[in-house]
Amino acid sequence: MTLTPLQTLATIAVMAGVTFLTRALPFLLFDRGEHPPKLVLYLGQVLPPAIIAMLIVYCLRGTTFTTPGGWVPPLVAGGAAVLLHLWKGNDMLSIFGATILYMVLVQGVFG
Amino acid sequence: MNRKAFAAAFPLTVPVLMGYLAIGIAFGLMLQAEGYGVVWSFLMSLTIYAGSGQYLGVSLLATGAPLTQVAILTLIINFRHLVYGLSMLEKFRGMGARKLYMIFALTDETYALLSSARPPEGVDSHDFYFAVALLDQSYWVLGSVLGSVLGSALGFDTTGVDFAMTALFLVIAVGQWRSAGSHLPALLGGVVTLVSLVLVGAEDMLLPALGVIVLALVLLRPRLERGRELAAPEREREVLP
Repeated sequence: MTLTPLQTLATIAVMAGVTFLTRALPFLLFDRGEHPPKLVLYLGQVLPPAIIAMLIVYCLRGTTFTTPGGWVPPLVAGGAAVLLHLWKGNDMLSIFGATILYMVLVQGVFG
Repeated sequence: MNRKAFAAAFPLTVPVLMGYLAIGIAFGLMLQAEGYGVVWSFLMSLTIYAGSGQYLGVSLLATGAPLTQVAILTLIINFRHLVYGLSMLEKFRGMGARKLYMIFALTDETYALLSSARPPEGVDSHDFYFAVALLDQSYWVLGSVLGSVLGSALGFDTTGVDFAMTALFLVIAVGQWRSAGSHLPALLGGVVTLVSLVLVGAEDMLLPALGVIVLALVLLRPRLERGRELAAPEREREVLP
């Protein structure tokens, strides 16, 4: 733990508050029949794929290229997640298959 | 509590039960690996109740991110919920105090069930919606708690379990890639973030990346909107709350 319990509570409270706000906003703004601005609808459509791509890069930010152990596990396990998903289309299989493969690679093969 | 409504809702929620248990367990394990035990995973799943958001939360807690950054990132990752709420305005009307809970519990899966499911004959529709929402969250909390308990009790080496987050986002990206009209937003998001990682560094890469992404998407609007009907936004297929 890098944070104190109080800081952790504050972080969780902010996440809870903001998450609720994003869910409540349409009800606060548009429950009386007003139409939402087109820009909001547009961003609601195009932002999610951009954000997910951003988060994938963020997740892989610790990748290093000085030793094979730094880049082979994320590359192989990430590729496995994508291929498994294209092949079977089963969320759980793709996520857990890739994670177990990654754990075996970092703990066993390159550990 | 209306037992008939719960009995009618339960069979519909079984797929969510499987999904939330599995992803909740992975969340509990990841949080445990960062030194946060069962009390924290229970609290997060009870009060936040957002899968991608909580996965990201593990990293925000682990890196000790400042609260403004926590707020902005949570807002952005949950942006799609705005679209969900718009199509639930009618359904939740007249639910009284329970409406607050319905709004709080409007995850991807609950949204999907509520948009398609109809209550059986003789069951009040509001009782039915409420039962679906409450059952779904109970699965999520249960999964998270199980993950934390497993992580601390079994004592196996959980190094690398955080890759579940990467795998989750990759799976969501594959689904979005298939259904997207244009791949430009996804490519833009990846490239801009990569540039930000190189220029700004791993510590503070997200906010600059986010700013540029939103700005670029606003500027690209005429191009991306061409030939698309935005009046009826399609739901992104996601695996998470």
